[in-house]
Formats: sequence, C-alpha cells, structure tokens
Amino acid sequence: MRIGTFGAVVACALAPLAAQPAQAADKIKIGFISTLSGPAALPGIDQGNGFSLALEELGGKVGGLPAEVSKNDDQSKPDVAKQLAEKLVKRDQVDAVVGVIYSNVMMAIYNAVVDAKAIMISANAGPSQIAGKDCSPYFFATSWQNDAPHAAAGAYVQQQGVKKVVIIASNYQAGHDAAAGFKSKYKGEVIDEIYPAFGQPDYSAEITKISSEKPDAIYAFIPGGGNVPFAKQWAEAGLTKTITPYSAFMYEAVTLPAIGEAGLGVRSAAFWTYDLDNPASKKFVAAYRKKYNAYPAVYAAQAYDAVLLLDAAVKAVNGKIEDRDAFAKALATVKYDSIRGPFTFGNNHFPIQNYYATEIVKDAEGNLVQAGKGLVLKDDQDLYHDQCPLK
Amino acid sequence: MLNLTLVLNQALNGVQFGLMLFLFSAGLTLVLGIMNLVNLAHGSLYMLGAFFAATIYSWVGSLPLAILLALPVTFLAGVVVEFVVLRSFYQRDHLDQVLATFGLILFLNELARVVWGAAPLNMAIPAFLSGRVELIPGITYPVYRLALIALGLLVALLLYLLVAKTKLGMLIRAGASNREMVEALGVDIRLLFTGVFGFGAALAGLAGMAVGPLLSVEPAMGDGVLILALVVIVIGGIGSIRGSFVAALLVGLVDTVGRAFLPGLLVTMLPRTLANAVGPALASMLIYLLMAAVLLFRPQGLFPAARG
Repeated sequence: MRIGTFGAVVACALAPLAAQPAQAADKIKIGFISTLSGPAALPGIDQGNGFSLALEELGGKVGGLPAEVSKNDDQSKPDVAKQLAEKLVKRDQVDAVVGVIYSNVMMAIYNAVVDAKAIMISANAGPSQIAGKDCSPYFFATSWQNDAPHAAAGAYVQQQGVKKVVIIASNYQAGHDAAAGFKSKYKGEVIDEIYPAFGQPDYSAEITKISSEKPDAIYAFIPGGGNVPFAKQWAEAGLTKTITPYSAFMYEAVTLPAIGEAGLGVRSAAFWTYDLDNPASKKFVAAYRKKYNAYPAVYAAQAYDAVLLLDAAVKAVNGKIEDRDAFAKALATVKYDSIRGPFTFGNNHFPIQNYYATEIVKDAEGNLVQAGKGLVLKDDQDLYHDQCPLK
Repeated sequence: MLNLTLVLNQALNGVQFGLMLFLFSAGLTLVLGIMNLVNLAHGSLYMLGAFFAATIYSWVGSLPLAILLALPVTFLAGVVVEFVVLRSFYQRDHLDQVLATFGLILFLNELARVVWGAAPLNMAIPAFLSGRVELIPGITYPVYRLALIALGLLVALLLYLLVAKTKLGMLIRAGASNREMVEALGVDIRLLFTGVFGFGAALAGLAGMAVGPLLSVEPAMGDGVLILALVVIVIGGIGSIRGSFVAALLVGLVDTVGRAFLPGLLVTMLPRTLANAVGPALASMLIYLLMAAVLLFRPQGLFPAARG
C-alpha cells in the first residue's frame, strides 16, 4: 500500500513534466529576495515597494498568467539568502527569483538559482563575475554591472574638466571597486585615496585631511550606515563651495529625508532619475508617490522594471514559460517600455544603457530630489562582457 | 608634508570626538563602578536619547530646546529600564548581567524600529551654530564641533563637582563602598541607585542628542559606540570618572590622529596599493593596541577607583 501510494505520488509529480513544453503554464511563481530588515534595509524596502507596485498595476498577473509571489528577507546575510534560494527553487519550484540588493548575497544564491534553470533577475547587484566568465543564459540584470555607475561618474567628472580629485570610499571590496571604476574613465589627477572603515560614524579626520589637500572635487562612495553621517559632516565642514562633491548611492530618495539640505548640490551619475522623460518612468514615479507618499530610488525602479520585463517576455512566449530556453531567449530580446527608455541587453544580459548626470536640488514642492542634468554616456556597456562566453 | 594648521585641526577633531566618548562613557563607568552592573544596553540609552530629541525637534524646530526637553525623558526611560529589568540583577554575576542587557539591546533596537521606522531621522544644526569660526589667524573650525567641545568640558566639570563636592556625591561613593552601612544610616540605597542609573542614561542620551545632527539617528546607532566606550573605561580604570575623562581624550586623539596621518605615512614607505590596504586597517586597530599596552603596564587602568 505504502509503495503503491509512493508510486502514485511520483506518477502525479512526473505527469506535468512530461506534458510541459507543449502548453502554456497555468501560473507563474516568482520568489522575491531582498534585505528587508536590519540597518541595511532601506534600499531593500524601496526595492520591495517597486516590485509590489508593478504587480499591483498588472492586477496580480504577469504576462496574463496569475502570479504566485513570495517575499523573502535575506537580512543581508549570504547564508540566509542561500537557504531561501534553495527553498524557492527546490521546494516551491519558482520560475523566477527577483530582487537582491547586495553583491555578496547575489554571489551566494546565483548558482543555486541558475543551475535549477530558474530565471534570476537582479534588480540591483551586478558583480563582475556574473557579468564576465560566470555569466548564465538564465540571469538578467535590470540594474547595472557594479563598476558601471562609478565609471559613469568618472566620465562626468572628466567632462566637467576637473583637474584634481580625492577619492574617499569605504574600506571593503565594493569601495575599492568603486575607486577603480571611477578611475577607469577619469583621466585627471587623483591626489589621494582615503579608505575609512565601513560604517564608521565620524569623518572629521578624513574631511579635515581632504580640505588640506585642496582638490577641485571629491568622489565619495560610503554606503550603509556611514552615508548619512558623512553627508551631514561634509556639509557642516562648509567645503561644498570650494570642493565639488561627487558621489554614488549615498544621496538618494531613501536617505535624503535624513540628510536634509546638507545634500544640496551633490552630483552623481545614474542610469535613471525620477524625472527621466519617458512615459513608463513618469507613470511609475506618479504611482509610487501616490502609494508610498515618497519618491522612489533606483532600487524601486529596477524592481518595477524587472516585473515589466517578465510580463513582456511571458506574453512573447504565450505563457509557455516551462520551456526555459525559449523563455530566457524572449527575456533577452523582447521589447518593452522600460523605465529607462529604449535599451538592449548585452551578451551577458546586462543592459547597454545611457547614464545621466545628476544633482541634488529642490523640486517645485520643496522636496529634495536627485534630478537629471543631461546625458553623460550613451549606450554604455560594462567592461566584463568580453569575458562572457554567451553570444 | 605635515603642517601645523593641519595637526592642530586634527587634534581639535580628536578632542571633540574624545569628549563625546566621555559623555557616553561617564554613565557606563559610574554604573559599573558604583553599582557593579555591566550594562551593555548603555548604547541603547544613547540611541533612545537621540530619538527623543529628534522627535521633539520635529515638533518644536529648535535643537537646544529639543535637547533640554529630551533629557528628562531619557532620565525617565533609564529609571524605567532600571526598575523593570535591571534591579533584580545587582546581586547576580556579571555573565547574567551581560546576557540580560544584551537581550535589552535587541529589544530596544527593535522597539525603536517599530516606533520610529527603519529610516534615519533628521536633526539640523541650528543656524547660530553652523558655519566655521576663525580660532587664530589661518585656522578655522566648525562652530558646532566647538560647541560640542564646550558641552563636553562643562559636563565633565559638573560631574566632578557633583561627585566630589556634594552630599549626593558622597552618598553615591559611600553606597558603592559599603552598601549595608549606608542603608543602616537611613538612606534608601535602591532609590539612590535608580537615580544614578537614570543619571547615567541621561548622560548617554545627551551624547546621542549632541551628535545627532552630525550622525544618523536610526535604530542600533548605539551599538558601535559601546565598543569604544568599553575600551575607554578599561583604559581609564573601571568606576573612575577622572580615568574615563583622560582615557576618552586619549582614545579620541589616537583614533583621529591615526586615521588622519597613518595612511599618508605608510604611502611614503610602502607601494601605493599595499599602503591602501594596510593603512586603514592599522589605523582602526590603534586604539585596541593602546588598550593592550595600558593593560600590560597598568592592569587596573590608568586611574583605578578606590573600592571596598
């Protein structure tokens, strides 16, 4: 009896497998993983908001298929993320995993997801390994390769004719990568590189040092808990008039309410800003502000875009998402109204996209916003796509 | 390469950082030395102080007023924590106290997240304290940081007068030395200890409020400063206010000057990439090396408090 039951269960489990390629699936399962708790959770919460908003606008359907969605909190811990990813692809058998803020989390879950032939859409993290030799046909990024925004900022500073720069970046892998990315496109003189400890609360020593070195500009990359303190202390030191601050991922919608007017005048480069002039972006920003009563940051935009991408690709294969290779091909080639405007995926499935100059200003209602200030790089492709064997 | 202006500026930064550490450590060392209680949740009181001030600031729009109003609130919060949780731990051993107060950290951090949310709150520097002022020709320094230095020195002076010159200070010292005798003389020692704890909480809260405009007022903001404060009270000698004053200044100066000059010094001696990797790591280790050196020569700290 027991063996008979077992056999029946196996038969039932296998039956849909045999029937798969021919017909459309009756639903799509999506697992969202992001950092939703702990001190590093603000970008993840923003990302989750963007993801939920897109699904809500689509009426809970993706490409016409009812979406079965689970939201999972990785606590910014790679080991927790790995367990979540394995549960999602093995037990829940999701069709796609979406989200992820931090690159170390992405590296922990990447193989588990793509080896199970589930679609992995990064809505933020873009480590160089995945853009290069470890690329996968099942991986897509609606964000950017990690070096690219820093390189774009370097290009922006270069275009501004800045002669002398001091780089200040948190002392961990991404901080050193940011400095390298910046220097790849900035050809002026870097007179000093300062690497304070990650999450350090007081920057008086570093800021005093910078002011004594008299650069024309600084490039700052201090993410996590250190960003708001650095921003306030930089403003308090009163140096912005003589030393132009450029930065990345510090002065954004999720931190500006805490930074306040101390953020005014800080420049950066980004692939998307809230005021980007295209219908998809305008619709997204309006809906986000209505629902959450705040401006979205790039993390929400990237997650929203990931759902739009899935929606378009599911339609393109008429719901036959079980044929993973055809589905992946559709994701790579489908045209959809992205919040960044028209773009294409490179061979490694990272976007080939424009980057824009940005500056922190006040909008008409007096809110602090990161506003676009014109094109910096057109159709920029990351530095690692040559190393990816995909065609 | 080193110029005097820069060295002076960095020294002021170090003094300012040290004085804020002192505000924070004073309460911790009082509670540990006098009440024999290891309170890891001291950082949570610092956080609560900052949150109270930020909330009141959002209502009244004035930083000094917000701090004045938030101080008694933080004192009360300290009294509540002492009364509800810690009172029953005075007679237990230190490991029990560590476990209980560690639990308290987790609880209070989560409470802050539930009440105020995960996003940092804003407190702006008031206009009359913003900008820079010329100290001596050629050296300008941010006014707000000067105000912090003045505040730190003022509190240090008041604390000294309170503990050394007043009847209350005498009772506190006597209660620490011989609890039963003081009780026999008709002093309610429990009430006294509750007051001391609340006072320590208010001092920690004051540190959190004062640096609030420079840092980010958010849950768990006190966790990092606690480690520095433990270094301070170990160097200074447990229970000694004077020791924690000297040690806090030492730690502030060593940390700031190390961060300011060590990486630059290494660049002149090592290849650039190696110096970039080693310099920051070494700079952040300096205060722990200092602590190890002090412990080697003065295992009781620089100013061991007389006990028993």
